[in-house]
Amino acid sequence: MTILRTNNLTMRFGGLTAVSDLTIEVPRGGIVGLIGPNGAGKTTVFNMITGVYKPTSGNIIFDNKDISRMEPHVITRNGIARTFQNIRLFKDLSVLDNVMIANHLRLDSNFFSAVARTPGYRQKEEGIRKKSLELLDEVGLLEFKDAKSTSLPYGQQRKLEIARALATDPKMLLLDEPAAGMNPQESIELMAFVKEVRDKFDLSILMIEHHMQVIMGVCEHIYVLDYGLKIAEGNPGVIQNDPKVIEAYLGVEE
Amino acid sequence: MSINTFFQHLSNGLALGSLYALIAIGYTMVYGILRLINFAHGEIFMISTYVVFYGVSMFYLPWWVSILVAILITGLLGIIVERAAYRPLRNSPRISVMISAIGASYLIQNLAIVIFGGRPKSFPIPDYFNTVIQVQGVSVPIVNFFIPVITLVALVVLIYIVEKTKTGMAMRAVSRDYETARLMGISVDNIVSITFGLGSMMAAIGGVMWGLKYPNLIPLIGTMPGLKAFIAAVIGGIGNIKGAVLGGFLLGMTEIMIIASLPDVTGYRDAFAFILLIGILIYKPSGLLGQDIGEKV
Amino acid sequence: MIDKKNLIRFGLILILILILTILNTTMGKYEIRVLNLAGIYIILGLSLNVINGFTGLFSLGHAGFMAIGAYTSSLLTMSALQKESNFFAEPIVPWLANVQIGFLPALLMGGIIAAILGALIAAPILKLTDDYLAIATLGFSEIIRVIFTNTQSLTNGALGIKGLTRFTTIHYTWGIAILTVLFMFSLRRSSYGKALMAIREDQTAAEAMGIDLFKHKLLAFTIGSFFAGIGGGLLAHLMGTIDPLMFRFLLTFNVLLIVVLGGIGSITGTAISAVVVTVMLEWLRFLDGVIDLGFMTIQGIPGLRMVLFSLLLMMVIIFKQKGLMGRDEITLDSLGGFLGRFKKKEA
Repeated sequence: MTILRTNNLTMRFGGLTAVSDLTIEVPRGGIVGLIGPNGAGKTTVFNMITGVYKPTSGNIIFDNKDISRMEPHVITRNGIARTFQNIRLFKDLSVLDNVMIANHLRLDSNFFSAVARTPGYRQKEEGIRKKSLELLDEVGLLEFKDAKSTSLPYGQQRKLEIARALATDPKMLLLDEPAAGMNPQESIELMAFVKEVRDKFDLSILMIEHHMQVIMGVCEHIYVLDYGLKIAEGNPGVIQNDPKVIEAYLGVEE
Repeated sequence: MSINTFFQHLSNGLALGSLYALIAIGYTMVYGILRLINFAHGEIFMISTYVVFYGVSMFYLPWWVSILVAILITGLLGIIVERAAYRPLRNSPRISVMISAIGASYLIQNLAIVIFGGRPKSFPIPDYFNTVIQVQGVSVPIVNFFIPVITLVALVVLIYIVEKTKTGMAMRAVSRDYETARLMGISVDNIVSITFGLGSMMAAIGGVMWGLKYPNLIPLIGTMPGLKAFIAAVIGGIGNIKGAVLGGFLLGMTEIMIIASLPDVTGYRDAFAFILLIGILIYKPSGLLGQDIGEKV
Repeated sequence: MIDKKNLIRFGLILILILILTILNTTMGKYEIRVLNLAGIYIILGLSLNVINGFTGLFSLGHAGFMAIGAYTSSLLTMSALQKESNFFAEPIVPWLANVQIGFLPALLMGGIIAAILGALIAAPILKLTDDYLAIATLGFSEIIRVIFTNTQSLTNGALGIKGLTRFTTIHYTWGIAILTVLFMFSLRRSSYGKALMAIREDQTAAEAMGIDLFKHKLLAFTIGSFFAGIGGGLLAHLMGTIDPLMFRFLLTFNVLLIVVLGGIGSITGTAISAVVVTVMLEWLRFLDGVIDLGFMTIQGIPGLRMVLFSLLLMMVIIFKQKGLMGRDEITLDSLGGFLGRFKKKEA
């Protein structure tokens, strides 16, 4: 039932403990939220799950496999895709190329047949193009396929990042503040979009978010971090009424 | 190796190490502030030796006056290079700045060929420095004592400036955090100029003493010592003045000692430094005295 | 549609070949040599462009890879007699003394050995970034040069190799240059090429998209050093003489100048800039030597030529950082507009 589980995950940078003894679980098909004030260690958790950082101690089990010491690209290959807090698109490339590149890991043509454009390779490339166009269509970016990725408005760039992540054929999606910089209308659309993506692609989702409305609206289970420690967990109703959360999170912000 | 020749090599290694250290300081100070390899630094060093040469042979200045002039002109040249080649690119990708640095280096080198000519010139050496003294049966040229002593004096002055003066404090602030320093009201541009000036003056002191030890001047003499001093800075931990000094001495000593004990590999002399560089970059890129800085995702 | 475009491309290449053939038969020896050099610099520029332009890795080790290609191919094309007369200071290693193969296979071997050594050299330093990678590659290139200066029985050391048969002709230089251009376009269009560009744009994101950074960076270096090795071999058999001093950093500087001027990342830009820079480098040679105006001679000033070129490099990087073409290309579509107007005028 559980697709992702971290066991006593700890990350230290020199003397600073960014994440301490964290155990969380994401059920298969679930949408789970990770919240907490700035600097609570949320993105560090993402970076450990995706292999950017190697945890100081503890481990990460994904799909019954220990992924905690794997290289980032191997983890992606195993089925975890992510977006970034500060959008990291391939800036100078087109919208379509951004998505097509994310298919490269599943391409089983070797270098020589790719450069020689053998019939076998061409067929695969055509398949990738079709799949990428479909993905763009689904996130509503098809009309911009030839535009430079950075020419899109901010909200669309976030959607492109999600489409690009989906192109790697993930089992699980990590969204790092997908609603950042969106207006209330866009945020509401995003909530529907996240659920839709989950159902259509049969995904499990772990997301970091600051917009309480979004988090409470889509997440079935929420973990709250403060100073690298888990201070609460539960469904949205429980979290909203937890005095610790109000003190640590809302109390700080308001 | 007899004990006599060992001490001879030791004094040579100490002298060469001092020279590397003095040049390395310029690289490390500039890198500390701008995260930039000042490729033209070796050429700036080369210019200082020619200034002394022309000061003495063309303008008939006393030797020590030529040296003061050389230190000043070289410092000024460092400042000019920064203004012309680096400042316009302050916000450009690092690769662009590096290409400009390579361009500046070739420009100065070839200007030197055009102005000074490619034929070797002989660095003016007062007779006093040609003396060889005997210490317990070991004969050591007097410059081998002179160089480390002057280096030490220059270092003490520099470290005093960086650690005890207000300007030095501003330099350290800028190298720690450029933007914050600016917000604190520090004129970053001035500090960068002072850094280039000081680094170049150190190179000039090194240049003068280089001339005393290796008096054959051609416009290409800056390239190799420049590269090696940069390597010394990396070995010590780039951005760290004491590291540059340590790296300089280590490199100078290693070069002299390897050649002395393994005469067969003399031809590979210029490769040692690069092998050392690559080893350090692979196993400890932050250098001996540097700190690790990871990328923020 | 695609077939028609390919047909036009094919036609354009034929026209280029025709022009080259005419030039080859009508021009003097010196001009043909410059034309050959231009072809070689196209190959060299494009090979550096794969590493610096496509993948965004700053390599300054090109001269080293060229040296490997030049020496490998030279040692393979030389006859036993040529080797004997060259290696008078110390005889050549016995296993090489009697080996002699054709020019084309020798060039290919030069490229392959350069590619293998390029990959071996790059592997341990690929995780370095920006200027650290640059300085490490520069270091390797210098190490290669020092080794070649000292391995007397393999490379003839500082004496160099003289009297190579001048196999390099327009057919080889421009033939390989055209193939290289086609290869580069095909590479960039392929999934692998796009993966390289993804690394250039954002290494962290590329890795998160499942791209194996090590494997792809290594690929870029291998391709780059392969073509650099081929270019080195062509250069050796054009000059007829090689020695370790030829492969100083200055050679890398020339190639870098071409890529920066043409627009880092642009294939057509690099190719055009290779021709322009080569012709200018040769044409401006008079600055360094004696200028004979018929009625009087002016003593040239050595170094002035490189003063101009370093100034040019700095001006481009400071005032027009994107070079001639940026990352854009001259394509059939962009040519189409131009030719379309031309046709209307004719009609």
